[in-house]
Amino acid sequence: MSNPNSETDARLVRQLARNVDETFEDLVRSHQDRLFSGIRRLVGDPDLAADLSQDTFIRAYKALSDFPPSRIRQLKLQGWLWSIALNVVRSNARHQSRRPRQSQLSIEIIADARHQPETRALNSTDEKWLRGELASLPNHQRNAVVLRYVGDLSYEEIAAATKRPIGSVKSDVHRGLAILASQLKGNNQA
Amino acid sequence: MKTLIDPEANVAQLLHKSSGRAPVTLLPEVLFGTGVADGYYPYDSQVGTVFVAFNPRGVSAVGHGDDSNAFESDFAERFGRSIYLTREPNRVLDRQIRSALNAETVLHLPVDFRGLSDFTVDVLRKTAEIPPGEVRPYSWVADEIGRPHANRAVGTALAANPVPLLIPCHRVVRSDGHIGEYSFGEGLKQMLLEGEHVNVEQLEENANSGRRYLGSSSTHIFCYPTCRNARRITTKNQRWFPAINKAVDSGYRPCKVCRPHAA
Repeated sequence: MSNPNSETDARLVRQLARNVDETFEDLVRSHQDRLFSGIRRLVGDPDLAADLSQDTFIRAYKALSDFPPSRIRQLKLQGWLWSIALNVVRSNARHQSRRPRQSQLSIEIIADARHQPETRALNSTDEKWLRGELASLPNHQRNAVVLRYVGDLSYEEIAAATKRPIGSVKSDVHRGLAILASQLKGNNQA
Repeated sequence: MKTLIDPEANVAQLLHKSSGRAPVTLLPEVLFGTGVADGYYPYDSQVGTVFVAFNPRGVSAVGHGDDSNAFESDFAERFGRSIYLTREPNRVLDRQIRSALNAETVLHLPVDFRGLSDFTVDVLRKTAEIPPGEVRPYSWVADEIGRPHANRAVGTALAANPVPLLIPCHRVVRSDGHIGEYSFGEGLKQMLLEGEHVNVEQLEENANSGRRYLGSSSTHIFCYPTCRNARRITTKNQRWFPAINKAVDSGYRPCKVCRPHAA
């Protein structure tokens, strides 16, 4: 694949194999927007999505710190990160009542950073519709559709992240999209 | 190629468009949570504003001055990690930092010692035991950590103290009794010690006149002059000694609190 994301990932993987601590910031910078956006589509709530994104990256860091360089070099970064993210999302859903934030040192960036207006990519009608319809999809279809169109993952990467055969992934993506499209049609006619 | 009225393409486009940017707080929280980056917060101290850096392991650096950009770049250069201005650390650590900056005794202050040699860490841990208002010579630190004669190395280790003020390297003085150098400057060392009610003028006078140890003629115990026990000796019972063997020859034994060692 000559997709620029995968070229960046290949470079990150080489650098991670040399030094995790020095490279990790670059990894977060290069994946945070797509990962956050995708998790947000999976769980709906942006604050929860921020927490789960944070958990995902911290778990990834811990794993990378334990991996020998040879194992890091084998990683398909994007699919691997999403396999962690999906676990984090799943275990959050299991423990519905998520504990309040317990960042060990209660870090909060001061100044205006925290109060910047939320970037609003969709108008509120579309946003509400999308959130509601995604929530009503079966898990495997929602995951597949979000990873494909929000996370920008290939079918191979989705198969790796969801640990499902590639054929099932393709049909999840198509069926999920078809359901959303039929709802959209119904919605527009209403 | 599907046309724009194709509802599936519309939904796909809607999904694609719905992606946005991660909150700006995500990166620092992640880097902080992993220990890849530190947070820091400005505190007031006896010597003006100091920046105290911390991470999940504990405090990692203290910088003096009011230029936060300089502090950030010095930190990145020395530790190879980025650092972000944050709110104060958790309540326990915050209270420990405030107490240490107020020259109060602080027990178990967690410090990130990564990157320092075992010897340096031993020196710093030992130095952390010196109570406010008291001073000990380099040779005392060297003896206490089982490395007698390593006075010069102790000096080097103290100069590498990443958390001055919190680990009170200003309470370590030259073995001849003069107060000596300090990473934030000799003037500040004097100011800090005086802030803890150490009589610096008296220390310098003692050094000049060869008075190193103070004994009590009633108990026959001798101490470093700033030891809390030495400060209780009444003027008429004070006996000064230039060296430990002189005190021992006169029938005195070393104090068990300040544990004077041969200089």
